[in-house]
Amino acid sequence: MSGPAPRSRDFERRAYVEIHNPNLQEAMGLAKQGFVGKRASAVAAVPEWEQLRAAGREIKEHTLAHLDWYLERFEAKVRENGGHVHWASTAEEACRIVVDLCRAAGARRVTKGKSMVAEEIGLNEALADAGLERVETDLGEYIIQLADEPPSHIIAPAVHKTKDQVSDLFHRHHRQYGLTERQTEGPALVAEAREVLREKFLTADVGITGANFLVAETGSTVIVTNEGNGDLTNTLPRVHIVTAGIEKVIPTLDDTATILRLLARSATGQEMSVYTTFSTGPRRASDLDGPSEMHVVLIDNGRSQMLGNEFHHMLRCIRCGACMNHCPVYTAVGGHTYGWVYVGPMGSVLTPLMIGIEDSGHLPNACTMNGRCAEVCPMQIPLPDLLRVHRERQHASRLDAPRARMMLRAWAFLARRPALYRRVVDLGARALAMLGRRRGRLRWLPLAGGWTGSRDLPAPQGETFTRAWRAGRRPR
Amino acid sequence: MSDSPQPVGPASDRPRVGLFVTCLVDVFRPNIGFAAVKLLEDAGCRVEVPDLQTCCGQPAYNSGDAADARVLARQVIEAFEGFDYVVGASGSCMGMLHTHYPRLFENDARWRARANALADRCHELLSFLHDVRGVREVRARYDSTVTYHDSCSGLRELGVQRQPRALLASVEGLGLRELEDSNVCCGFGGTFCVKYPAISEKMVTDKANHVIRSGAGTLLGGDLGCLLNMAGRLRRMGSPVRVYHAAEVLAGMTDVPPIGDGEASS
Repeated sequence: MSGPAPRSRDFERRAYVEIHNPNLQEAMGLAKQGFVGKRASAVAAVPEWEQLRAAGREIKEHTLAHLDWYLERFEAKVRENGGHVHWASTAEEACRIVVDLCRAAGARRVTKGKSMVAEEIGLNEALADAGLERVETDLGEYIIQLADEPPSHIIAPAVHKTKDQVSDLFHRHHRQYGLTERQTEGPALVAEAREVLREKFLTADVGITGANFLVAETGSTVIVTNEGNGDLTNTLPRVHIVTAGIEKVIPTLDDTATILRLLARSATGQEMSVYTTFSTGPRRASDLDGPSEMHVVLIDNGRSQMLGNEFHHMLRCIRCGACMNHCPVYTAVGGHTYGWVYVGPMGSVLTPLMIGIEDSGHLPNACTMNGRCAEVCPMQIPLPDLLRVHRERQHASRLDAPRARMMLRAWAFLARRPALYRRVVDLGARALAMLGRRRGRLRWLPLAGGWTGSRDLPAPQGETFTRAWRAGRRPR
Repeated sequence: MSDSPQPVGPASDRPRVGLFVTCLVDVFRPNIGFAAVKLLEDAGCRVEVPDLQTCCGQPAYNSGDAADARVLARQVIEAFEGFDYVVGASGSCMGMLHTHYPRLFENDARWRARANALADRCHELLSFLHDVRGVREVRARYDSTVTYHDSCSGLRELGVQRQPRALLASVEGLGLRELEDSNVCCGFGGTFCVKYPAISEKMVTDKANHVIRSGAGTLLGGDLGCLLNMAGRLRRMGSPVRVYHAAEVLAGMTDVPPIGDGEASS
């Protein structure tokens, strides 16, 4: 167990609440349309898309097969460039390293770019506990910081908020800066956030960013952003700290270019993000700007345990968010329902591995196995199959829902005894047909409330197919 | 089945086809089974219905109970050995046979070989008619605008998408209006729909609203599970849209009430 406290046990109740939350539904409706349509157009414009996916997968698979070697190479290059590398096996260790670095820098104010691994290790709480002022600089992250909420999406953390809700938040929190007018238009809201953040950027002592890639060949850390906040976070403060999972390393700049082609198209439907920033060591004597110290914190936190078992596929994930954008469950219930840092299909695979299946049993089960996530995953991660592996583990350790387990066992008992099965289903079909004869459907059925609560049950025609076939009764 | 004097190969004019009825068709909608038989016979196949079939085991498989799924898979594999083809009117069940049976026996060479042999010969009905038997038109009439839902397993595991549309285009009187988000799950998901009824309801309501907005008088699809779900929700919402399996329309067997309608309401 590590990072923020999970609330995934509450999935079912939370799902119900969010489905009936008009703000969430409005926000998710807009987001879904935008993400899905834009990705589809961007992908359609790349005829070699499938080959590109295969190439991206190959790069990651190769790197993961030689992960130790590439990580050590990356470390050596960072040091060569004048940077520092720190290794953290757990969330606690990672937080301690970052906090110690901040203290050593005498920091009071810390600016942060978007980093999911920072959420994963619970860095925000650790910084607060250390008495540091943290300023989120990604607009979405800034919004949810004001709202005191966790992100609900891995690339669009405030996707669950409507513009109206953002107006209210800014109006309430920006008064202290003399900004008293309630802005309602997108550009005005952005301008206001920019005005407030500008002074924070200039006065921060430490800047913390994540990394989309760690390039072993050059020792560079790479981030992609659309707001430029990442550049201000990693160049203006004296100290730049990068938090990154160990699976982010890839061999070369060429490999980076290949995966970059997949990333933005899958994430936002852009060909490239607006900013793609390579940080290669601290400021050199000839540089006009940049931090005087650069630190990279390489975080394991359970990743090395995924190497070599069926979940190693998940280490290819480049955190684009396409799986959740295309997931009909995620877009119905929103990210907070998942109750931990990672959400949607990738979260339903990762979260049980990181916080334990006991606390997250709903996540792998709340999926229809429709396969849309795997279809759009740029890294060809077989997400539904991995969810099924979780279900197998739950079943093996008797952690699946007792009632469902019993019903299925009964069904399987029958289905493996064809003669008995025939008698039961012939009878059942006839009984249901009689009950629903006039209308052709049933509005209610004992023990079937899960179905009939929201839909009628179409009634069987009467005689089963098998019985009619054997008796030679064919229509017409 | 092995006593046929001259085994007929798949390339022959009259291949021997084992019909995988599917448990839902068997119980809820035999008409789909008979429509499948008619379409297969019209396409020159000799159709048989093996006795020992019950369920493909997908509910167990997707619930993490691989052991029970394996037992049922062996039963299906045995029942359907010796046919030139195995065909079923469900992308979901046929996807189970085609894609997932071989995986179930990853560590069992003997059964894996038998599962692979089955996988190579099994097909979803509409894609079989179109892609394997080369059917381009059917003799049927259906006077209505229809819309079509692409069920997930057929679409993503078996590539069933253009085949039903191509066949439906040959039905006299039928006009197709494409459904918005036709490739998005309807919220059925096997046991999902009763395990997470609130989420399933939200998904099927979105689907039903798209169906209603399409303006079509009839909703068609290729998987009875999804059709029961969508018909059930459409009826509960008071919509008059009629729901049939595409095979029923293609076979001209729409003289029975639509799914979820009785003699009284149709």
